[in-house]
Amino acid sequence: MTQNHELCKGCGYCILQCPKDALSLSSTVNRKGYNVVDLDQEKCILCAICYTVCPDSVFERVEA
Amino acid sequence: MTEKRTPNLLVEPNKFCPGCGHGIINRVLAEVLEESGLADYAVGSLAVGCSCLMMDTFGTDWVQAPHGRAAAVAVGLKRMRPDCCIFTYQGDGDSMAIGFSETLYAAIRNENITAILVNNGIFGMTGGQMAPTSLPGQRTTTSPKGRDAGTTGQPLNMVDQMKHLPIGYLARGSVASAKDINKLKKYIKAAIETQMNGGGYSMVEVLSFCPTNWKMSMEKSVAHVQNTVKNIFPVGEFVKNGERTDA
Ligand SMILES: Cc1ncc(C[n+]2csc(CCOP(=O)(O)OP(=O)(O)O)c2C)c(N)n1
Ligand code: SF4
Ligand code: SF4
Ligand code: SF4
Repeated sequence: MTQNHELCKGCGYCILQCPKDALSLSSTVNRKGYNVVDLDQEKCILCAICYTVCPDSVFERVEA
Repeated sequence: MTEKRTPNLLVEPNKFCPGCGHGIINRVLAEVLEESGLADYAVGSLAVGCSCLMMDTFGTDWVQAPHGRAAAVAVGLKRMRPDCCIFTYQGDGDSMAIGFSETLYAAIRNENITAILVNNGIFGMTGGQMAPTSLPGQRTTTSPKGRDAGTTGQPLNMVDQMKHLPIGYLARGSVASAKDINKLKKYIKAAIETQMNGGGYSMVEVLSFCPTNWKMSMEKSVAHVQNTVKNIFPVGEFVKNGERTDA
């Protein structure tokens, strides 16, 4: 999964819905002033649920 | 594994609040229009509310209708350009309070347009006033003690208003889980297909979040739709191919 952190508004919906607890709110703040989301690649199963729920198009699943 | 790419129709980052359901519905609609090959043939009709923020960020053509009147404008567009995919995208305050008549009469006449009605239970853009869809007991800026159904009536159920009519397609979905969002996409796809096949009026109501005016965290907003809003506004497909499903 790729992330465009600049689009994130820190709402946390992806964190609530990720089935593998791979997402967490980070202390990094983007240019809009929102805390962005950290993705733990080790835990991620590429289900793309985060893509589906994110209101701000932060995630994409691309060919490896 | 299939790629999941942000649709090109989302030409600019959206301007909605953090966690707003409009952002999800915008993406789903953009996916459906692109996958159906309609991105260049779709024209939307907007009236008021946070949906108007789409004018600059959602890359279809748009016509700005007066408050509530998006359906009437869409009907005119469709009659002049039957080859185009014509849709309305409106909040519940817009489509079900001021625009109740235009919204319902387009269905009564079985006009061949698609209506996307976003039910977030409140007037979002203007700061959280009571909407026809506000739940009994819901605190809003104009019902600070909670909506009193005794004086203001029960919440307006637009699906119930329409399901007895001879229309093409009718469904209610939600944005409150990935599963719900995937179903919502099927509903929107079926609605657009109904229109493009000349199947008559199609409407998809979407149970959405307004975390800002609900004054709820994301977690509470999701639980509110799942545990409370869905009990009053059941989800599912109610009319398909012009036939009642008895859902
Ligand atoms: C004729 C007219 N009356 C009132 C308004 C003020 N107004 C702007 S948005 C809105 C309500 C929007 O609520 P809703 O349709 O539920 O959409 P949301 O913002 O919640 O998505 C109102 C009443 C207006 N713009 N024009
Ligand atoms: S792809 Fe699935 S597992 Fe990976 S971060 Fe997104 S939701 Fe979590
Ligand atoms: S759902 Fe999207 S906008 Fe919200 S926190 Fe996750 S990545 Fe950021
Ligand atoms: S006010 Fe509500 S509906 Fe409008 S953008 Fe913000 S969260 Fe969304």
